[in-house]
Amino acid sequence: MSFALSVNGQAHLVEDDGDTPLLWILRDRLSLTGTKYGCGVAQCGACTVHLDGQPKRSCSIPLKAATSAQITTIEGAEGDEVRVVQAAWVAHDVPQCGFCQSGQIMSAIALLRHNRRPTDQDIDLAMSGNLCRCATYNRIRVAIHTAAAQLGQST
Amino acid sequence: MSDLAEKNPRTLLTRRRLILGGSLVGGALVVGYVATNPMQVVGAILQAGGGDPDPSAFGPFIRITADGWVTIVNKQQELGQGIHAGLAAIVAEELDADWDKVRVIDARSNVRAYGVQITAGSNSIASNWDLMRNAGAAARAMFVDAAALRWDVPADKIIVRDGIVSHPISNRSATFVDLLGDASRQTPQQSPVLKQPRDFRLIGTDRVRRKDSLQKSTGAQVYTQDVQRLNMLVAVVAHSPRFGGTLARFDATDALRVKGVVEVFAIETGVAVLAETTFAAIQGRAALRIEWDDSEAEMRSTDELTRYYQDIAAGRTDVEPSEFQATGDGPETPFDGEVAEFAFDFPYLAHAPMETMDCVAEVNGWDVSITSGAHLATIDQVQAALTARTMPGKVNIEVLPAGGSFGRRGIMSSDYLVECVRIAKRMEGRPIKLIWTREDEMASGYYRPMSHHRVWVELGSDGFPTRWRVHTVCQSLLPVGPNLTATEGIANSPYFSTATTVDGKIFTPAFPVIVGFWRSVGHSHTAMVMEHIIDQLARRAGRDPADYRRVFYEKAGDNRRLAVLEELCRRADWDKPLEAGWARGLAIHEAFGTVVGQVAEVRMMEERPVVRRVVSVVDCGIAVAPDQIAAQMEGGIGFGLSAAFYGEVTLQDGLVQEINFRQYPILRMNEMPAVETHIIKSANKPTGMGEPGVAPIAPAVANAVLALTGEATQRLPFLNRDARNSAGFSV
Repeated sequence: MSFALSVNGQAHLVEDDGDTPLLWILRDRLSLTGTKYGCGVAQCGACTVHLDGQPKRSCSIPLKAATSAQITTIEGAEGDEVRVVQAAWVAHDVPQCGFCQSGQIMSAIALLRHNRRPTDQDIDLAMSGNLCRCATYNRIRVAIHTAAAQLGQST
Repeated sequence: MSDLAEKNPRTLLTRRRLILGGSLVGGALVVGYVATNPMQVVGAILQAGGGDPDPSAFGPFIRITADGWVTIVNKQQELGQGIHAGLAAIVAEELDADWDKVRVIDARSNVRAYGVQITAGSNSIASNWDLMRNAGAAARAMFVDAAALRWDVPADKIIVRDGIVSHPISNRSATFVDLLGDASRQTPQQSPVLKQPRDFRLIGTDRVRRKDSLQKSTGAQVYTQDVQRLNMLVAVVAHSPRFGGTLARFDATDALRVKGVVEVFAIETGVAVLAETTFAAIQGRAALRIEWDDSEAEMRSTDELTRYYQDIAAGRTDVEPSEFQATGDGPETPFDGEVAEFAFDFPYLAHAPMETMDCVAEVNGWDVSITSGAHLATIDQVQAALTARTMPGKVNIEVLPAGGSFGRRGIMSSDYLVECVRIAKRMEGRPIKLIWTREDEMASGYYRPMSHHRVWVELGSDGFPTRWRVHTVCQSLLPVGPNLTATEGIANSPYFSTATTVDGKIFTPAFPVIVGFWRSVGHSHTAMVMEHIIDQLARRAGRDPADYRRVFYEKAGDNRRLAVLEELCRRADWDKPLEAGWARGLAIHEAFGTVVGQVAEVRMMEERPVVRRVVSVVDCGIAVAPDQIAAQMEGGIGFGLSAAFYGEVTLQDGLVQEINFRQYPILRMNEMPAVETHIIKSANKPTGMGEPGVAPIAPAVANAVLALTGEATQRLPFLNRDARNSAGFSV
C-alpha cells in the first residue's frame, strides 16, 4: 500500500506494509539514518523522533499511524533549541560512542520547547526513556542546563 | 579485555598463534594448515596488507595538507572511549601541531602499515604511546630540518609551536604549510628526540577534547547500521536458541512469501534471511519454521549451574583445579586459629551495546570488502580471510566507530563478522548488511562468565590475615592455555601481604554456554570478592576500612594504592559522617595497570541501595586527556552500577530469559549518581582508562550497604529477578 508521510517538512509517498515500524521507513526507505535501531520495543529511546513536536519511539509506531503527523528526525530538527542543545552537547563533550545521542537530543529538544527552565527532576522525567549504555547521563544533564541558560539569555 | 597486544613481539607472536589455533576448530581445511604451518600463518598475517594505507611523507599516521589541516590516522577502534583524541593528542604534542587544526580519521585494517590493530585490555594509549610520540617527533624533526636548511641556521635553535616553525634569533618563522614541500623531502629520523613530560603543552590539559562530538550530536556520524550500498541486501539470521544447538531442518515457504524477502538459506550458524529492507528480513525470519537439534545443546538452567559451581568448589565433581597462586606452607597444612569464610556467586552478563552486532561485507573473487566496527581489526581480517578462503591481504576492512562494544565486538572468533562474510560469499558480488536484533545480541553469549568464589581467611590475633585459601570456579575465555582472566585481581593481591600462605585454585568447567571479554573482564567479579571481604574483615577487627587497607598497602609496599587511598579519603571527606540513613563505602582496585579508588554514598530504599554520589581517584600514569579520563570514570561507574543493580542473564532449560532491556535493565538517567574524578599526578607512562573505572563500584556500594545494614552481599545483582522486572521503564 502507499502511505503519504510528512518528514522534515517534505512530503513522501511510501510504498510498504502499513504495519512496518516508522523507524525502518525512515532508515531504509528515506535514508534518514540518524534515527537508530536499539531495541525495537520502545525501551531504549535510540529511535526517538518528533511527531507533531512530541518525542515518540519510532520503532513502535506503525507506518499507517504516522500519516497524519508532522514527523521530525534529527536531520530535520531546527530552531533555537536545536542550536543551543547541539552546542551544549559539543561544549561538554557529551557523546562517547554516540549511538544513543540522536534520541537523547530529540528528547532534550522536546523538553526545552515546553520547559525553558527544567529542574533536575524535570530532566529525569523527560530523559529516563533514553538509555545510554556509555552512561553519559551526567553530561547530558549539565548540557541541558547549559542549553536552558543559553535560551534564557537569548529570549 | 585481556592483554592481547603485548609490547614484546615474541609474546605477541606466541599469543597470536594460540588465538588462531583455538579459533579455527571446525574449519578442517585451515586447521590442518595451522597445525602444520603455524609460523607461516603468523607470518602471513604480519605481512598482510589490506586497506590502502595512503602513506604520506610523514609516515602512516600523519598527513599534512596545504589547507593547513594535520590529519592523524587512528589505528585503534573508537568505541566511545575517545581513543581517537588521545592518540591524536600524543602525536600533536610531539609534532607541536595546532590542536585546533588537527583532525582524525580511522585507519583501515593493515598490519603492514600500522602494526597490529587490536583494541583490547584498556591498552590503546599504553601500547601506542611510544609509537605515536615517535611518529609526531619524527615529523616535527622534518619541519625543523627543512627550516634549518632554508634559513641556513642550526636546527637546535629552531622552535616549533602550534604549527609554526620559528628561529627566534633571526626573527624568522614559517607555518607547516609554508615548509610542507621541503619538509616532506627530509629523511625521517628513526629515533627522534622526544619531549620531557614536564614540557608537555597539550597532554594533560583540558584542551584535549574529543573531535567527534559534533557529528555525534547531529546524527551525522555513520555507524555500520547506517551503511547503504547500491544493490545491497539486508540479512538477519535465525540462530539456535540454545547454546550448542544446531540446525536440523527448516521450511522457508512462508518466509519467502514475505514481500521483500529475496533469499533464505542455511549457514553454519543457522538460517539466513536476505531481504531488500531490514524489516522484511525480520518478518521473513519470523515466518521461518525451524527444527533445532539440541542433542549437544546446553539444557540446564543457571540455577542448576550455580549449584553445579558450588559442588565444583567443594570438590564434589570431577572438575580438577589448577593452582593460580601457591605461596608459603602449601594447601595441606591445616588452618590454625580463627577462620573467616566467604562465598560469592556472580551471574552471566550481556554487553548490550546500543548498536547491536552488524557488518557490511562484499565478496568478489579473492577480494573481500568489509565495513564494520571491527574491534580486533587484525584478527577480524584473518578470520574473514579464512572464511572466504582468501589471503588476509585481500581483505579490506573499513573500520567505523562502533556504537559501543564493551568487549562484545572484541572476540577472537569474530562471530558476527564471519557470519556476514559467509553470507556475502554465498551471494558473491552483492553487498550484504548483517543486522542482529537486540534479542539476537543478548541471546548470543560471549557473556561475562558466571563465577563462584569460596574464600577462607585465617586471622591472626591482630585481626589481619595470616593465610588465604581461594577457590574460584569460572569458565575460561580462551580456548587454550591457563584460565588467567578468572583470577586477575585476586592473584598477587596486596591483601595477601600479611599472610604467610596463599593457596589459590581455579576450577575451569567447560560446557556450551559461550563466554567472552566484558568490560573489565575478570576484575568485574574479583574486585567485589577482594574489596568486600576486606571490609568484612575490617569490621570483624573493629577497624576503619580505610585504616585497615592502609596496613596491607604499606606491608606490600604498594605506594600507588596508598596515594590513591589518601587522596580518596581527603576528597570524599571519609572522616566526616554523613547524615542519618546514608553511609559511604570504599573500594580500591587495580586493573590493566591503573589504580582506581571509589567512595560511594548510599542509602537503602525498600531493600535496594540508592547511590547519590561517587568520588573517584585514579592513578593512570601520565594523564593524556583528563576530561576523557573523567568521562570513562563516569561511564565505568554507570556501566558497573547497571551490572550491580540489575545485570543477570539467566537460562531456563537452556533458553536465555533476558533478551531485551525489559528483562535486562540498564541504568537510567534518574539512577545515575553524581561522579567526581580526581587524577593522581604521575610521571609514569600512561595506562588505560576504558575499563578500570567499572570494577570498584559494586564493592564500594556493597561496603556501604554493609555499613548501613550490617549485611554482607554474597551475590550480584543486588536486585532479584522480580525486582528487576518491575524496574523496567515504561513509555
